[in-house]
Amino acid sequence: MFSNFDFDVIRRSFAYLFLDGMTFTLTLTGLSAVGGLVFGTLIALMRLSGLTLLGRIAGVYVDFMRSLPLVLVIFWFYFLVPYIGQWLTGAARPIHVGAFASSLITFILFEAAYFSEIMRAGIQSISKGQPAASYALGLTYSQTMRYVVLPQAFRNMLPILLTQTIVLFQDTSLVYVLSIPDFLGAASKVAQRDGRLVEMYLFAALVYFTMSCAASFGVRRLQARIAIVR
Amino acid sequence: MAFALHGCLRHISGSERFVNYHWNWHIFLEPAPGGTGTYLDMLLSGLALTIETSLLAWIIALVFGSIVGVMRTLPSKTASWIGFGYVEFFRNMPLLVQLFLWFFVLPELVPRSVGLWLKQMPHAPFYTAAIGIGLFMSARVAEQLRAGIGSLPRGQKMAATALGLTTAQAYVYILLPIAFRIILPPLTSEFLNTIKNTAVAITIGLVELTGEARAMQEFSFQVFEAFTAATLMYLAINVVVVVAMRLLERSVAIPGTIAGK
Repeated sequence: MFSNFDFDVIRRSFAYLFLDGMTFTLTLTGLSAVGGLVFGTLIALMRLSGLTLLGRIAGVYVDFMRSLPLVLVIFWFYFLVPYIGQWLTGAARPIHVGAFASSLITFILFEAAYFSEIMRAGIQSISKGQPAASYALGLTYSQTMRYVVLPQAFRNMLPILLTQTIVLFQDTSLVYVLSIPDFLGAASKVAQRDGRLVEMYLFAALVYFTMSCAASFGVRRLQARIAIVR
Repeated sequence: MAFALHGCLRHISGSERFVNYHWNWHIFLEPAPGGTGTYLDMLLSGLALTIETSLLAWIIALVFGSIVGVMRTLPSKTASWIGFGYVEFFRNMPLLVQLFLWFFVLPELVPRSVGLWLKQMPHAPFYTAAIGIGLFMSARVAEQLRAGIGSLPRGQKMAATALGLTTAQAYVYILLPIAFRIILPPLTSEFLNTIKNTAVAITIGLVELTGEARAMQEFSFQVFEAFTAATLMYLAINVVVVVAMRLLERSVAIPGTIAGK
């Protein structure tokens, strides 16, 4: 079954797969995770702000994003971002947005909905005495959030946030639908060019599997180490 | 099968993105190329295919997920290790990659005659998508069920054993009926995820709702109308599923719990 396998195709395309493809995938994953976390935390704070309108807007945003398939959202933003750019900059024509910027914006806005739910749960798990004590000490709302509530919420939720980032890492493969050479896109390009679908897709699967397994193993170790003894 | 990739790999031309946009909401009533009806009919047939694919995938996910979820809670070390391996296998690869493995790689690895049969099978993208997404989701269903069974008090299983029930009987009559009712809310989200994941099958040539919206955009250039309609249809499916599941949850809530009042 493996007799007519051409393992050399992997060696030949190694640099392209990893230096171009995997670099793209990891950069997109990292930046989207950070951006999504920041934006998601803001949404969570909006939802918990106690202001009806602000909370309603945040709730609708989260529900809306979470009921759409990522593939559709990727297409939406790919076509929409140039027009949003035109509107923001007041340019005469829709502005040119590269594939990377377009997918980065997509993933930040999409993942923020998921990260915000995690951060909301994290913030809600902090005992009421913490912000109460902090206000009693004279800290403002923003200081209370920055120095008291959010650091604890972030720490409690770190394993779940990282698990979501692993999901995000796997989801970035969907930029394939825009024919962007991320890791899977690069593997697919080589596969098509050399007619080696079997080798390339098996290799891509193996790489994703190994990386995700290693990452979730790391998360489990971290979880055991940072768990707060109560 | 090469045709399947074509729709996705074709580079989206730059020029069509950079002209000023002209809205035309009447586009849905105009006839679509292909002579099968209007653009609206096109999107509705995509919606139907999305629903069919999700339902078949969900049945597969429930069947395999239940078996594996139970295996993970069995006293047998071997069974629980097999269950663990199954879940890790399907959870640690992107769905897109899994679909490619089923669609492009599997027919090459099996004996030639079987491979040929797989490649010539009618509706291959549909069955590949349903099975691929079903197995992908089954790992998640298994984890939910394991958590559900794990949340039951130990006394349930012990009492069942004390009454003389075999392990199989204890699962069928005691543990599973309670566990499934407990995990109904997370199962609802997993079903919604199954529906959303069918859009990934666009990459193996399944023209479901997102695929039809994309096709409409290519034919008519009315990209935002097409995507708006698809978005509204996905929202509608979500609302229907959530409402239906809430009714089901209420009718099967376990008396004596917070949910059951």
